[in-house]
Amino acid sequence: MPVAKRIIPCLDVNKGRVVKGINFKELKDAGNPAILAKRYSEEGADELVFLDITAAEEHREIMKNIVKKVASVINIPFTVGGGIKKLEDARNILLSGADRVSINTAAVINPDLIQELMSIFGRQCIVVALDVSRNYGKGGKNIFSKDGKNYWFEIKTYGGKKSTLIDALEWAKKVEKLGAGEILLTSIDADGTENGYDIELLNAICNRINIPVIASGGCGSKEDILKVFEKTQVDAALAASLFHFRRASLNEVKEYLHKNNIIIRL
Amino acid sequence: MIRIAIFDYGAGNIFSLKSALKRNGANVSVINDFNDVIENLDGLILPGVGNFDPALLSVYKCKKKFLNYIEKNIPILGICLGMEMLFEKSEEGNLEGLKIIKGEVVSLPKSLIKIPHIGWNNLEIVNEKSKLFEGIPNNSWVYFVHSYYTVPEEINIITARTNYGISIPACIEKNNIFCTQFHPEKSSEIGERMMKNFIKICTQSK
Repeated sequence: MPVAKRIIPCLDVNKGRVVKGINFKELKDAGNPAILAKRYSEEGADELVFLDITAAEEHREIMKNIVKKVASVINIPFTVGGGIKKLEDARNILLSGADRVSINTAAVINPDLIQELMSIFGRQCIVVALDVSRNYGKGGKNIFSKDGKNYWFEIKTYGGKKSTLIDALEWAKKVEKLGAGEILLTSIDADGTENGYDIELLNAICNRINIPVIASGGCGSKEDILKVFEKTQVDAALAASLFHFRRASLNEVKEYLHKNNIIIRL
Repeated sequence: MIRIAIFDYGAGNIFSLKSALKRNGANVSVINDFNDVIENLDGLILPGVGNFDPALLSVYKCKKKFLNYIEKNIPILGICLGMEMLFEKSEEGNLEGLKIIKGEVVSLPKSLIKIPHIGWNNLEIVNEKSKLFEGIPNNSWVYFVHSYYTVPEEINIITARTNYGISIPACIEKNNIFCTQFHPEKSSEIGERMMKNFIKICTQSK
């Protein structure tokens, strides 16, 4: 049997607590990171992602300690992102027990960082996160259209706040070339809406690269996860509120996917 | 207590591996030089994180001592890169491998599948007598993360395979050397059982 599709609960961490927001805003408290990690691991999560959404300098130590705690209680892989600016930041997180680091803003500012991290830690350790939204103005290379409106997919940095005018499709190809091992693709337009993943964006990226892609943003139900695996070539589906607020358990989701002929680890 | 050393190339997460061994009752030391290694070592682990050439350089500086362990037949567990390093050469690097196992390490086929191979695959056990598989059912899910795979000259040292576009060796066993292309320390309960089995192998070789 080929590789199983992965279900990845995502834990956004703010000042040591797991939080969940809507469209990158309005943060709600969702629990203790190590306790949630253990619960998800036991319930059958295939992997976990932690995003340090504040990532201010003073929180760096807090995050390191959280990574250590999490790594000592779970035996599945996990990725940590948020505020990783340089080689030393990545090394600290990896040596504290994370399997992979995810970089976003730092990679846009300094693309050579991807190559630098890859040559030391190996390609498989490097996840490049793309926060993407539709831009209805000029500047993009790959133009899409719907309902008579033209748009392109733009990379955003600093937690979705800053415009870069970089075309996401071109950027995805570039990060693959520089040494990214996987792309964590978040649709800002879909994030927090719980209306389903951004199928159009996911297909546009998956068709252009040959490294695995994690779908993120918009998941509100198990049906959304089935749809993303049926309609796109993504390798993993990331979800946050679905699991934090116990709208569905991991087991329930995985049984449902299995019944619908998706290859899944049970 | 069983004394196991993890060799640290200085390039990645060995904390999880250390935690897994400790949870299962081993006394663990992390070393970055075989020259100052502890006495009465019962087992040695070459972990699976890093890049071929830099990792090999860190072993080269104390290669003689390392070869002593092989001669003494101390159980060795090579995980992922730790498995690949034991071969003669790899497409990932320019340096010569440790040449403990005959054969080479090559890239997964780019035209067929996404690379790296990241995720959970079934373990197709071909030699159920391997002590590493005690209590492990055939087709168990284990976690892989790699871009290269091994092509051993001696086919009969392969104890398990998996399929990712093509059939690749998932486990190899030769004398007291055990290798896994996947990461047992990241493979949930199944991996935990394999870690336990390796500790048992170390106990029996004492």
